[in-house]
Formats: sequence, structure tokens, C-alpha cells
Amino acid sequence: MTLSLQSTDFDIFGLAPRFAIDRAALDARWKDLQREAHPDRFATAPAAAQREAMQWSVRINEAYQRLKDPLKRAAYLCELNGAPIHAEDNTAMSPAFLMQQMQWREDLDEADTPADLERMAEDVAVARRAMLEALQHAADVQLDHAALAQQVRSLMFVERFARDVDARLDQLGQ
Amino acid sequence: MSLLQISEPGQSLDPHQRRVAVGIDLGTTHSLVAAVRHGVAECLPAADGRVLLPSVVRYLDPAAGGAGREIGFEALAAQVQDPANTVSSVKRLMGRSPAQVVGADKLPYTIVEDQGMAVIETVAGRKTPMEVSAEILAMLRFRAEDSFDDELYGAVITVPAYFDDAQRQATKDAAKLAGINVLRLINEPTAAAIAYGLDNAAEGVYAIYDLGGGTFDISILRLTQGVFEVMATGGDSALGGDDYDQCLLAWVLQQQGAHAALSASERAALSAEARRCKEALSEEPDQVVFAATVAGKQIDQVVRPADFEACVAALTARTMGAVRKVLRDAGITASQANGVVMVGGSTRMPAIRRAVGEFFGQTPLTNLNPDEVVALGAAIQANALAGNSRDGDLLLLDVIPLSLGIETMGGLVERIVPRNSAIPTALAQDFTTYHDGQTALAVHVVQGERDLVADCRSLARFELRGIPPMVAGAARIRVTFTVDADGLLSVSAKEQGSGVEARVDVKPAYGLSDEQIATMLKESFATAQQDMAVRALVEARVDADRLIAATRSALQADGGLLSAPELVAVESLIDSLADKARQSESAANIESATEALGKGTEAFAALRMNQGIRKALSGKKLEEV
Repeated sequence: MTLSLQSTDFDIFGLAPRFAIDRAALDARWKDLQREAHPDRFATAPAAAQREAMQWSVRINEAYQRLKDPLKRAAYLCELNGAPIHAEDNTAMSPAFLMQQMQWREDLDEADTPADLERMAEDVAVARRAMLEALQHAADVQLDHAALAQQVRSLMFVERFARDVDARLDQLGQ
Repeated sequence: MSLLQISEPGQSLDPHQRRVAVGIDLGTTHSLVAAVRHGVAECLPAADGRVLLPSVVRYLDPAAGGAGREIGFEALAAQVQDPANTVSSVKRLMGRSPAQVVGADKLPYTIVEDQGMAVIETVAGRKTPMEVSAEILAMLRFRAEDSFDDELYGAVITVPAYFDDAQRQATKDAAKLAGINVLRLINEPTAAAIAYGLDNAAEGVYAIYDLGGGTFDISILRLTQGVFEVMATGGDSALGGDDYDQCLLAWVLQQQGAHAALSASERAALSAEARRCKEALSEEPDQVVFAATVAGKQIDQVVRPADFEACVAALTARTMGAVRKVLRDAGITASQANGVVMVGGSTRMPAIRRAVGEFFGQTPLTNLNPDEVVALGAAIQANALAGNSRDGDLLLLDVIPLSLGIETMGGLVERIVPRNSAIPTALAQDFTTYHDGQTALAVHVVQGERDLVADCRSLARFELRGIPPMVAGAARIRVTFTVDADGLLSVSAKEQGSGVEARVDVKPAYGLSDEQIATMLKESFATAQQDMAVRALVEARVDADRLIAATRSALQADGGLLSAPELVAVESLIDSLADKARQSESAANIESATEALGKGTEAFAALRMNQGIRKALSGKKLEEV
């Protein structure tokens, strides 16, 4: 297959377009690719080759960032399968999910000790793990990309909340 | 200047032809130049055998005639008697406005503002930090050229990992003024990791704790099979050994009850004595005596190691705070580090070694000279970039240390490139116009982690011109922010509908424009003796020579990718360029022939890259698509 800058992240990395991924293999592949494309390899090369290298190196880094983050990878799969996320336009969530989010927000406002916050962080981590498992099922087993997109949007809420908990822990000097 | 050899057409490239490439550590207090010789990296000494060059430049009264300035040990010796004209620690001023220079009031020379930049008033006129740094870099360049009895091809210059875009650009500008071809700017901790990694043949996760004269960096790197991957980096670009000196000085004055304001000369003398005491305390004696004269009175203050450690404890704690943050960014705990490397003369302080050792639960690695390790690593990288090492198995995958963002409504920052993103990287943002027929757009780029523009560092204003006039809101202008392998930002913009590329004018907040640099080059010492036309011709020949050599090398490796007619076409462009380079007296003619060869090999470059990528994937396919 001829690869171009417009090839998909999965094609550039030689991986099947699935959610499940071997992280160690992804990291190794990233380094192998950068060994070929990084501008440092072309420090004494003609300007045209240097420009090529720059474009490829940037593209490889972009693909790596997207593929290594589960949320970004899932969102990318949705895009590739005609079900882009469009988070700003699709804000409808299930009532149960919204209740959970509101409860978490209240708990965060009331939490004032590192122990409270660490407990919250653990709860969020558990929820996140469960959602990722469901994501993998929707993506690789059911091949239902519309459902996957909805799950991605929900997970975005959860990730933002996890970051807020971390920020509060930072503030308390942990 | 010696004449350059230009390859005769038909002559194959000598595989053993080496380019003189060096690594330069442009430090706050000391600078060094190193090179790989016979497979080993070593620091190059001056005629007197010393490898360290004090980063001090003294400007002399032009009326007195002569060279006009002293650089290095000579200048350092004059610091006490001529503090106003002896510029030390200029690294603290690079890419900064006067308001941003921390501890400006404690510097013995006068800083004023000029076009946003901090510049120094000397008896020889206003000097920008880039000019001062260029003097130091030129000294090192001449030292390298003397050592090798040959022209310098290029250098890798190191910068603190935590240096922002303006500080990096200032460093590149200084190198340009010194006539040095910068192969790459690399981060100091990464350079140290190269020296240690290749020396200890180690794999794993390493923390590099780099406390220099004026800057502090902490980087976490993963080393695997010659690939140095930076996981996260942090630090404080205004915290270093100098601050420890000042802390001790303040303590001594307080003990002595001396409250009178100090003259510049006194301050310089006291700072020097503070540094001497700090260094003596590293030998762990029972005590040292701080001896100096203040306002005519002789003072002798006893300083015990415990006194010193108590007064600098807050500074050390600040470094450990930065260490904690960078571990969080890297997603690891202190116990997961396989090793901790100490870099920078200031890490000789026993208190620092103890604090770091306790934090990481292991003895830090100190077997390489902390003053030299950065230059050595840079030399190894320079050697690889110049194509001197046979198998290119060294690869640096570094990151941008601070987030880049743009100013949006209400003085807020919208982050475009997050900190610790792998470089090179490019991210795009779409803009539109607010008025009918608007043909220009201004984008204000800032660097930092805060949410308000006022709390971040202003980098530059990019003015995009030539947008096709349309109804307000109809234009879709995609602005692409690219951070290159040196960590430097460039901006390009295209109106998506029409495909028109906007012209981008960069107005740096704290730097020099390209025209200003060109003017300075014309007037600088490096070019003063030469006729500008001659210089342009020589440079055109050197560039042509380089392109011919590089193209020949590429053909030797992958000529098989081209068809017979394509090969003939490229060879004829090479021949034509080689002819012009030899015979033409016109720089412009040679430059256009050089450009023609470049354009003529674009398709070849694309084929080579594609082949390289496929090679990286072949034989390692995990799954069938």
C-alpha cells in the first residue's frame, strides 16, 4: 500500500483500525517510524528532503498522540466510520448519567481533605475503567459507531471531572 | 579564510570525509565547546589548557582603540574594577524584557529597554544580550577551528529545557551573529542524558536534575536502544547557583548588621566572595571565612555548612517542588526512576546531592564532570547530525516545555499546543473575519500555563495579510502553529475556501526582526573585514557544495528509486550547479542553480521518505488490515 500524509493513523502505524491496542507495540512502532522520518536524520540533506521529513515527523507525532489516548482513539474511530463526535452539538445525555455527574460535582465542592479527594479520584477511576470496557465492546464487537460516539461524549465528561479532582489535589499540595 | 574544496563533477563523495561539528554549552557562568574525535567526545581547551570559558564580556572605551572588548577570564578579572562594562550572566537577559529579568537590581551593570528587549548600557554603546552572547560563541568557534585547523561546519547549541520560544530564538540569533550554522538547539538535560546514556550503556527511565549558574531544569527521559524520549520537562529559568550566592551574601550582610546600599563595585566583589565561599563549603570543611570590605570597613564572617544550608533551604525546596510537578506530568513516581543524573556545577553542593538522593531513594549519578557533561552530549549529537557517525542509532524525541496559546476575547488564553507535546508538532486553529472586506488578521501568541494572557509570556504578534476580501464571517482562515525540532514556533495561514496563503509578518515581543539581524551582521566584527559581495559569493558556493554532496549521497543510497531518465535529469542539474559554483562570480546565479537542484529532487525526496516509512513497518506488521 502506498502511504501518504493523508493515510489514516492506523495505516501509518500498520495497525488494524480497532479500539483494542497493544500499547508497548504502539510505542515501539512510534520510535521505529521517527527513526526514519525525524528531521535530525536529514540535518545535512537537501531542503526538499528536510521539508518532507518535517511533515512526516509531525504527522507521525499527531498519529501517535491520537492512538495512544483511549478517548482520542475512540473518537477517531467514530470519525473514520462516519459518526463524528461533534460534542458541542450533541449534548443529550441519559438522565441517570446526568444525575451521577451532578452528584459528583456536589461531592467535589464539599470535599476538603486529601483523603476525600483521593477517594473521589478512585471512584472516578473505577467508573472510567468500566466505561472503557464498554467502549471496546461497542467498537470492536458490536461495530456500532453511533453508540460508540455517545459513549465517547459521556467519557469526555468523566475525564474532565477526573482532571478537576486532580487540580484540586494539586492545590492541596499533593 | 581558507578556500573551500568543491567536488569535481564525477568525483564520488569520500565516505571518510568528516565535517567539523561541535557541541556548545552556552552557560550562564561558563561556556564550553566539545567535539567527537576518534570516536570519543572531549571538551576542547583554549591555548592555556583550560576548557571552561567564563561567560563574561567586558566592553572597553572605543576611544582607547584596540579590540574593544575582552572575553572570558580576562573580562572576569576586571569585574570588580569595571562592573558597569563587564557583562556576566547575560543568559538571564536573553529573550527578556527588563521587567522580566529576575534580580535585575542586583546586577552590577545597567539594563534599559529597547524595543521591548532588555539591553545593556556600556561605554561602547548599547549591547543586546544576543551580541554579548555572540562574542562568547565566536570565541568558542575560533577555538574549535584552531583545534581542527578547519572551518566549522556547524554546531549543536544547548539551551535550558525550560527556555521559552523567545529565549530560544535569541540563542539562535546570537549564533547567527557569531557566524555559526546551528544544526540543532537541544535541551541541556537531554544533552546530559546522551552523555550518560551512551557512557553507561543504560536503558530505563532517568531523571536529570540540572542546576546551573542561572537556570534549573528537571527532565524525565526514557532511554531505549539509542532512542532518548523525553516524557516530561519542567524547571525554573530564573533559579541557579547565582541565587545561592546572593542568598549567602544577604545572610552575611544581615549577620554583620550592614544595611547601607552597596556600590556596583562592592556588589561585584561581594558576589565573587560569596561564590568562593559557596564553592569552598562544597569540600565540607568545618567552616569558611567570608572576607570583604564594605563601606571601607573590613568584615570577616564565619560561615559554617549548617548556616549556609539553612539560608538556602528555601531555594532547594523550590527545585524539589518543580521535581514533584514534572513526575506528575510524566505519570511516574520517584521510586520508578532507574537513575538520577546531576548536571551543572551547582550540583556539587552537598545539600543538593543529599536532598535529591533522599527524594529519589538512591545515590545520584555523578561520575561524569557536571561542568562538561552537557557540552559532551551536544558534541555527540552534533557528530550524528553532521553525518559523521556511521550508523545513525541516536535519536532524540524531545518535547515543548510550556504550552502555547493564543489570545482570545476578554484577555483569555486558548491553548493550542499543550506542554510536554512531542516535537516537531503542528496544530491548526480556524479563524474568521469580523468586518466586511477584512484582509488582515492579527494573532497574539503567548506561552505559559495560566488562563489569562496577562499571566503568560507574550511571544509575538503574527499579522496575516492578503486574505481575500469577503463578507464578514465568510472567510475560513486555518492558522497552523508549527513547533520545529528546535522548539521554535512558526505560523502559516491559508484561507480554506480560496486556497490563498496569507503572508505572515512576525513581530517578536522581545527579539530582533530578520532585517535587524541582517544589519547587525553587516556591521559586526565577523564581517567587518570582508567585502559583502565576496562573502555572499563564498556562502553561495558553500551552500552549493553542501547540496551537491547531500544529493550525491542520497543517490548513492537510493538512486534505484529513480528511472533512468529521472536519474539523468538529476545528474545534469548537479553538473550544472557544480559548473556554476566553480566558474560563476555571481552569488545570485549560483543560488538559483542551487534552488533548481532542490526543486528537481523534491519528488525523489518524497519517494525516499515513503520507502523509509514502509521499511519501518515491513516485517513488523502485527495484524493484517
